[in-house]
Amino acid sequence: MLQVKNLSVEIKGKPILEGLNLTVQTGQVAAIMGPNGSGKSTLSYVIAGKPDYAVTSGEILLDGENLLELEPDARATRGVFLAFQYPIEIPGVATMTFLKAALNAQRRARGEADLTTPDFMRAVRGAAQSLKIDPEMLKRPLNVGFSGGEKKRMEVLQMALLTPKLAVLDETDSGLDIDALRIVAEGVNALRDPKRSFLIITHYQRLLEYIKPDVVHVMAKGSIVKSGGPELALELERNGYRDYASEAA
Amino acid sequence: MSLERVIAKTAAETTLAAQFAALRSAAPSVQREAAFRRFEQSGLPTRRVESWHYTDLRAALVSAAPIAAAPAAAAIEAARGMLASLARIGASRVALVDGHYVAALSDAPPSGVAIFPVTPDTPPLGDADPVLALNVALAQGGCALTFEAGADAPLVEIVHIFTPGAEAVYSRLAITLGAAAQAKVVERFVGAGAQAQRNVSTWIDVAKDAKASHVVSIEDEAGVHVESQVVSLAEGAALDAFGLIAGGALARRQIFATLAGERARIGLGGLSLVDGRRHADTTLEVIHAAPNGESREFYRHIVADEGVGVYQGKVIVRQYAQKTDGGMKSQAILLSPNASMNNKPELEILADDVVCGHGATVGALDPEQIFYLQARGLPRREAEAMVLEAFGAEAIARVADPKIDEVLSGAMRAWLARRAGMEST
Repeated sequence: MLQVKNLSVEIKGKPILEGLNLTVQTGQVAAIMGPNGSGKSTLSYVIAGKPDYAVTSGEILLDGENLLELEPDARATRGVFLAFQYPIEIPGVATMTFLKAALNAQRRARGEADLTTPDFMRAVRGAAQSLKIDPEMLKRPLNVGFSGGEKKRMEVLQMALLTPKLAVLDETDSGLDIDALRIVAEGVNALRDPKRSFLIITHYQRLLEYIKPDVVHVMAKGSIVKSGGPELALELERNGYRDYASEAA
Repeated sequence: MSLERVIAKTAAETTLAAQFAALRSAAPSVQREAAFRRFEQSGLPTRRVESWHYTDLRAALVSAAPIAAAPAAAAIEAARGMLASLARIGASRVALVDGHYVAALSDAPPSGVAIFPVTPDTPPLGDADPVLALNVALAQGGCALTFEAGADAPLVEIVHIFTPGAEAVYSRLAITLGAAAQAKVVERFVGAGAQAQRNVSTWIDVAKDAKASHVVSIEDEAGVHVESQVVSLAEGAALDAFGLIAGGALARRQIFATLAGERARIGLGGLSLVDGRRHADTTLEVIHAAPNGESREFYRHIVADEGVGVYQGKVIVRQYAQKTDGGMKSQAILLSPNASMNNKPELEILADDVVCGHGATVGALDPEQIFYLQARGLPRREAEAMVLEAFGAEAIARVADPKIDEVLSGAMRAWLARRAGMEST
């Protein structure tokens, strides 16, 4: 279970999140929608532990443990996964090498033995196939020269391999055409699990047609201003964010 | 009034003069005489000499150590042990012990290749630089490798071994390729410790349509390592060269290359790994002296702690060297606020129909990359090592031979691991 309590965050002295409260139950798929500049991406980065954000108050608990005291890699090891809005290119590092290093780093941190190469290969091939990722792509440097859709599929592949407790998807639908969106959504749906929580951050309702959320939260001006069921997303689609934008202004 | 400044000899220079006097009386040589006079005109280079601006050898070389004698039985046995523990790269190995060619520790040369010791009278390809002149004046040993015209020889691995008792070593290597020959040579430097002073030179003379590949790997920890390469390329000749600096308190590699014939091609590359208070200098002078030549330089540097990196790449295109195609890149990553990099590409173009470009960058590790890798569970040190290894590997990738790649990559990984280990304690 993810609990964000009274979280306030600044960048370079400018407040972005202000007393944000949010709970995502274990096994729940929660969506966060909000206008640009409402602080959605900041929330995802602060959960994952990106430097440069100053947390001025509050805590973020994953199954009762305060993530704010942990380095990003320790958070990952505890089960936090952020699917980046803009996945980072790492020239010179073959995707396969990276996947194996990440998987084994997490296993080691949990006191588990490294995966054998055949087991690793089997896991990667299986996940790649279901996401329609060409095995040739796995030999290329990570994200370098990948199309927007390829990058997003690679994020979901990583999610599938790393089996997180909490998956945060930051605008995963941005830059995707309808086919890529469907593949990515199917990949995410396949990972829905009673033991896994999802926090899906999106500007548009479109993604939520493919990944049905249990709850929808509306974010504006750095905090959650309204929560409801899936119907809330449809209402936003009809009316836009003007009600909330005016609140923010 | 005289404008000439008289600089008092340093203690090191006084010792060098005495060492030369002793050599001269034992074995007179016209060539040595001339070379030492050239050295004495300038003395040990200081920051005032432009090509030595970032490496003040005069200040660094407080004293000149005694020159190592030809290896005695004990030194040869020590070298034998060191060779045995060093994984072979090529089928054919040549051992230089404290600067002297030791046939007993060397393999017979492959067919088409002759190996013989150099003498003080073996004519040098050039000695314009004071440190190179000093090498010619004081070198007592070394070897010449001659590749017959048309030979397609397997890799020759030259191991420069510094034995425990040795202090200063001056040695020469002369590599000559006959017309249309193909040669691959690797030079590895091992065994030197902090007291070691090493001044070595390699002449690479490539005849018409011959192709040479030359790789240097500095894997030990000499107090001073100065290495000069003099390259001459005839018509249609090519050289691909690479240098790894993975150790040494002060390491300087200087390459003087002349594309003397038409359509000659040179590809120079390197990787410097500089930590602690080390100093690593790569200085190039590439002269296009004939039309339709091509030169490429690709160097990368990783500088940590209080390390100092230097890259000076000068490409000169003579007036008649039309249709020259030149491209230079030197990129550095600094890992600490106290690390520094002097990155200086220079083009001097006198011809009017050429394509030449250069790029030099100095930056830090990209925090976005490190965060991304950490977010996937890699501890910070591992994330950094992964990005750095990739950065270095792109330089090493220019070496096409997988066996050499393995040695260079292994040395790089050891450096990265050592660095991570040192910082965590």
